[in-house]
Amino acid sequence: MLIFFKKILKFSWESFSRNKGLFLTTTFIITITTSLIVGLFLLRGLANSLVSSLEEKVDISVYFSLNTPEEDILKVKEELSGIPEVKDIRYISREEALSLFREKHKDNPVIIESLEEIGDNPLSAHLNIKAWQASQYEQISNFLEQGSHKETIEKIDYHQNKTIIERMFSISSTIEKASLLFILVSALLAILVAFNTVRLSIFNLRREISIMRLVGASNWLIRGPFIVQGVISAMLATVITLSIFGFASYFLSSKIEVLIAGFNLFEYFKSNLGTVISIQLISALGLGTIPSLIATRKYLKI
Amino acid sequence: MSLSTPKSNLNNKTLISFQNVTKIYPRNVGALTDISFEIKEGEFVCLAGRSGAGKTTLLKLLMAEEKPTEGKIFFNGTEVSKIKPKDLPLFRRKIGAVFQDYKLLSSKTVYGNIAYAMEVVGFDKEEIDQDVPQVLDIVGLSACSDHFPEELSGGERQRVAIARALVTRPKLICADEPTGNLDPYHTRDIIQLFLKIQELGATIILSTHNREIINGLKKRVITIDNGKIIRDEQRGRFIC
Repeated sequence: MLIFFKKILKFSWESFSRNKGLFLTTTFIITITTSLIVGLFLLRGLANSLVSSLEEKVDISVYFSLNTPEEDILKVKEELSGIPEVKDIRYISREEALSLFREKHKDNPVIIESLEEIGDNPLSAHLNIKAWQASQYEQISNFLEQGSHKETIEKIDYHQNKTIIERMFSISSTIEKASLLFILVSALLAILVAFNTVRLSIFNLRREISIMRLVGASNWLIRGPFIVQGVISAMLATVITLSIFGFASYFLSSKIEVLIAGFNLFEYFKSNLGTVISIQLISALGLGTIPSLIATRKYLKI
Repeated sequence: MSLSTPKSNLNNKTLISFQNVTKIYPRNVGALTDISFEIKEGEFVCLAGRSGAGKTTLLKLLMAEEKPTEGKIFFNGTEVSKIKPKDLPLFRRKIGAVFQDYKLLSSKTVYGNIAYAMEVVGFDKEEIDQDVPQVLDIVGLSACSDHFPEELSGGERQRVAIARALVTRPKLICADEPTGNLDPYHTRDIIQLFLKIQELGATIILSTHNREIINGLKKRVITIDNGKIIRDEQRGRFIC
């Protein structure tokens, strides 16, 4: 068995040395396709991180009428605490709201002066509510709008945030769909190129193949080298893609971290290395060997 | 088996049997019609007939490269058309084939071409190192083992092809117009070589349309014309 395999490797090498250009073309196209697949995987990680970091920043605020007693607001807070979708609630009293406002606008004398002019505190007490997921804000908003304290509620600022949240999800889903389409087209191209490579290799080696058949070489000894070449192309493409993405994520990591705080691309790549290699190997081996199997069945008359 | 050990040739065991074989190619092109004959082990048989008579088709059917449209072909008791694709390589190892265009690998030396045939069928290096020089000695090319095919004459190239056919110890050697590209001197050498191989125990089928070869051999001649056997004589002659 070992001798048989060694023979297949030897004939693969002979076939490779006579068809280097075709072999490299196949490797190149498989590299492009697997790069797209790995790129999509990293992009998903990046998009998920972006979505969760934005989700962290998103909350809804419920503003109460100026004359609403504090105990009524605290009652609403208590009711909200019982809803499973609510992650965290913070009560901001009118005084706290005023001091926060002053702090925020301390460098703007016009606003501070206007505030002095009014004399009284014009700001409402409010509750800042955080949900576990962005999709849960609508339920919380509905609860408040239909609850027993709706008379005391002046404004819920959910609807402004809703547009941002939905747009964010829509962008990431469009990117994912476009990438999938791109991957499918590239995979089809890779399969066609690999298929034609094997077909041309068979044509280039037709004399050797006819002599092998003539002397009674086993079917697998004739077919094997073409399939081994597909496997070698796939392995090479995997190594190239891994190196490209390894280096790229290492050098781009700091730049991406500036754009999306808390997302280290290189760390993400490293921690998912097993998955990345598996995805690459499976897709590259599929792209490298399936066309070889089909082409040798179709064009190698044994 | 040692390649140089002569065996008693010609016994009564039937090696090849064609039974009412007809071959029709697509678009109704008839190549052979109702062919029946037998060849015994160790026999030397000439297939005679003009180009296009059906000699090559007959050899292709025997080597399972084509299937008969009708009839049965037996080789050593096995029905050839019933051999499964996975068993075809094993079957082909029992037949050594020699062609007019030699079918040698130009990138390999004489030694390499013969060793290649042994290598692909699974002989180990020790056997290859032992048998290739022996077979080169039989065909008289020991001095040329490092030469490439381009450096040899047509007759020498054909002798390499015969050595390659012989080295895997087949029961039968099928030669399809092996002297078609050779001058009379090389033709004579090649025919002498086939006679020598027959003496070593192999069965030979020699397909040719060369009158001098057939008349000089005085062996069995099966003459084919238009896909039909028109004569089968034990000490045949070339008759137009």
